[in-house]
Amino acid sequence: MVTVEIRIELKKGIVDPEGKNVMKTLKLLGFSGVRSVKSIKVFDVELDASPEEAIKSGEEMCTKLLANSVIQDFKVTVR
Amino acid sequence: MKNEDVKVCVLRIEGTSCEDDMYQAFKMVGASPEKVHLKQLIGQTSSSLKRNIEDYDILAFPGGFSAGDYVRGGAIFAARIKSTIGPQIKKFVESEKPVIGVCNGFQTLVELSLLPALNETMSSKSTAVLYRNDSSRFECRPTFLRNDNRGKCIFTSDIPKKKILMIPSAHAEGKLLSMDPKFVDKLVENDQIVFRYVGENGENAKYPWNPNGSLSDIAGICNSIGNVLGMMPHPERVLTRFTHPDWTRGYNSEEGDGLCVFRSVMKKFL
Repeated sequence: MVTVEIRIELKKGIVDPEGKNVMKTLKLLGFSGVRSVKSIKVFDVELDASPEEAIKSGEEMCTKLLANSVIQDFKVTVR
Repeated sequence: MKNEDVKVCVLRIEGTSCEDDMYQAFKMVGASPEKVHLKQLIGQTSSSLKRNIEDYDILAFPGGFSAGDYVRGGAIFAARIKSTIGPQIKKFVESEKPVIGVCNGFQTLVELSLLPALNETMSSKSTAVLYRNDSSRFECRPTFLRNDNRGKCIFTSDIPKKKILMIPSAHAEGKLLSMDPKFVDKLVENDQIVFRYVGENGENAKYPWNPNGSLSDIAGICNSIGNVLGMMPHPERVLTRFTHPDWTRGYNSEEGDGLCVFRSVMKKFL
């Protein structure tokens, strides 16, 4: 069994309202040095496969469901 | 074809929550709606409950939070459809039968790539997305929509051009976005823009009248042949005057502003 980490983040240039709001709130809480906040989603998927097959499956999972290619990039790694 | 012979499939799964209103909307314009669970269409049910999408004349995707809105709004609903009855849905649209998706239903249609469908019925890859509202919040309020369609969309055939309707919005992910810089121009050229948010006096909408920051204030679009409509605001929530926010303050019509969307599509079957 292998675990793949699927990391999904917004493409460059796409506004990140969640990140922006978190940054605003952190500043309100007194974290004055915060320069930027970026929201990222991570899925850990355990599957019975070789590491190569697992990466291939993970990428397919992204194109079929987990990531929207219009606004998001993804990265699949074996842990 | 008589109105009562028009069969409407109001498609639900776990988490959809506006199917009763959608059912009522089609009932009020004389059609015969039925609330159908996706499992009934894909055969994961007893034989007496099985249904076939080809037996229906209209397909309606109601609002709500299908599959808990996990991953992205409508993404799981769409993935389940694509992997099971995707080809039948494509055939349904290609036979020019009407399809409507409201709110989460619109998100599902975009995830299914049935919208915006600029050049094909159902592309293999999404070309647009309904992204998080600029405010990063769930926005819920009455909104003003202007009918900007020039005649392609069959869901606005009974609505005068440029007429402004008051229809409520309630969503967190409604900002129509594409990476194609000519996206809006293409929609305009193809007459695929159906509704735009406007201000209370009909001027260009700014927040809060445009609740999500959508490109060119777009609230609803249709596909390139005009039989698939997706819109974020809920016409099925204003079928009578009693659910209009100002029904005791000068709203005089007996009918709600949303009913005309459903009445329009029934004209196709006359």
